[in-house]
Amino acid sequence: MSTKSEAFLQCSNCKKILFSVDFEQNLRVCPHCGFHHRLTARRRIELTFDEDSFQELDADLRSVDPLEFPEYASKLASAISKTGQNDSMVSGRAALEGRSVSVAVSDFNFMGGSMGSVNGEKIARTLERAAEGHMPAIIFCASGGARMQEGLLSLMQMAKTTAAVSRCREAGAPFIAVFTDPTMAGVLASYASIADIILAEPKSLIGFAGLRVAKQAGVGKVPDDFQTAEFAYSHGMIDRVVPRKEMRATLATLVRILGGSHHG
Amino acid sequence: MAKNFNEWMQPLSELEEGIKRLEAARDRETDALKKADLTNHIDDFKRRRDNFLDVMYARLGPWEKVLVARAPKRPYTLDYINSIFTNFVELQGDRRFGADHAIIGGCAMLDDQPCVVLGHQKGRTIQERQQRNFGYARPEGYRKAIRLFEMAQRFGLPVVTFVDTPGADAGVEAESRGISEAIAASMLKMFELDVPSVSVIIGEGGSGGAIGIACSSRILMQEHAIYSVIAPEGCAAILWRMPERGAEAARALRLTAQNALDFGLVDEIVEEPKRGSDRQPLEAAESIKESLIRHLGEIAKLPKAKIREERYQKFRQMGVFAEG
Repeated sequence: MSTKSEAFLQCSNCKKILFSVDFEQNLRVCPHCGFHHRLTARRRIELTFDEDSFQELDADLRSVDPLEFPEYASKLASAISKTGQNDSMVSGRAALEGRSVSVAVSDFNFMGGSMGSVNGEKIARTLERAAEGHMPAIIFCASGGARMQEGLLSLMQMAKTTAAVSRCREAGAPFIAVFTDPTMAGVLASYASIADIILAEPKSLIGFAGLRVAKQAGVGKVPDDFQTAEFAYSHGMIDRVVPRKEMRATLATLVRILGGSHHG
Repeated sequence: MAKNFNEWMQPLSELEEGIKRLEAARDRETDALKKADLTNHIDDFKRRRDNFLDVMYARLGPWEKVLVARAPKRPYTLDYINSIFTNFVELQGDRRFGADHAIIGGCAMLDDQPCVVLGHQKGRTIQERQQRNFGYARPEGYRKAIRLFEMAQRFGLPVVTFVDTPGADAGVEAESRGISEAIAASMLKMFELDVPSVSVIIGEGGSGGAIGIACSSRILMQEHAIYSVIAPEGCAAILWRMPERGAEAARALRLTAQNALDFGLVDEIVEEPKRGSDRQPLEAAESIKESLIRHLGEIAKLPKAKIREERYQKFRQMGVFAEG
């Protein structure tokens, strides 16, 4: 999505020029090609949950640079000033048609939504809160995968968040994951793929390895729709592809049916 | 920067080549004095070889550890299964789609304790490497692991996993059959076990493919193994667009056993023989066996619920961040 001026934008998918106002009113979905452009975590929360119901928790968790990894400290600093957030995940409690839910929303604008120690900790706490409160957990994924700059500590977030899913299962708290563009690698290969219900936004990139790596590793031709939400759907990996306009209603219905069955 | 283990070991191969030639010359020699002289030469060369090895292994940098961890003659899972366990019966198939040969597993005896044992398996010959997909496991491999974990749980058998993979298979076929879900489900199954479990990182602990079978109560790591979120070459390609700067990336990633221990991500470093596990595989196996038996014994004393809770807390605490 490139900005031509304040009033006009160009869709990065179909290259057509759009009015900024129309585009925002259409929830950042291109009115010409239907491409779902990325949302910030804040905007996603506004669009999805009951008005003013979101109460942010764990906002004061901050990434440190335990490996003293090249350029990590400066990348963190610029991501913080760009997004006004401490890391790539915004989490807390919210209501969906009056029902309490434990939520986490990834923000791709913060270092590609990558999962380091803070991101993993917020996921784990979100799932644990759901388990303890017997309420549904809803997590919106948008991530390139594990955060390389935290090395093995990031890889272990895959195990930690997966362990936290087991808590939800024991407690009978439903866990709904929504894959948005992109949901990749370490995030896809951990907590995200073992959610009770998996929804995805149309055309979002969903895959284990970057396409370049996959092309190197795979023999033969890569299908045109490889690593899209539609590909994941047709191979039985996700439950539904849900357009952004229908997401809130779909989640609300699922929460109504599955949520609160253990506690009133 | 040497690109691989054999290149790095080049000076040593030359020494060993010299020793072989001298030994051949000595065997041909009929004059007793000349024979004795040659023997002295050979002994001198052998001392130099051993000194060389001692020095090399005493100061391995992160990149040298990468080379050692990937060494073609380093013992693989099957070598350790055969030297540590007895009566190994390989079990195959995920009962869903196919047989994966990059993860090998089955049941075996650890002294007089029946166990389930599995791990990534690389190949030695070109044929075997292809058959084992160079240690890149496919979804079927992780689903076979899940099946074996479930069986261990049913029969109350301890679980041992060996980790040695460059990563999981990322091809179109693997993606089509849900490699991500297979890895995640395998981790989840491990977190549900209430039998004792120990994982040993024996070579390359490569990213998601490694952690998929490494969620045990105790994580051991061999002294010269590596464990990383991404291969150093991949990291260098992302950071500097230069995969050949792998040595710098290896340092930045902190992928050695000592680093993992310092961050509290592994429980114990298993020492390796001082001239390399590839040259002294039985000594390497002996150290692993001692450690395995000790840890499995400790976990076996815990009540079932405590096994689950302790493992949960162990992984739950992994990560470094600031709060407040």
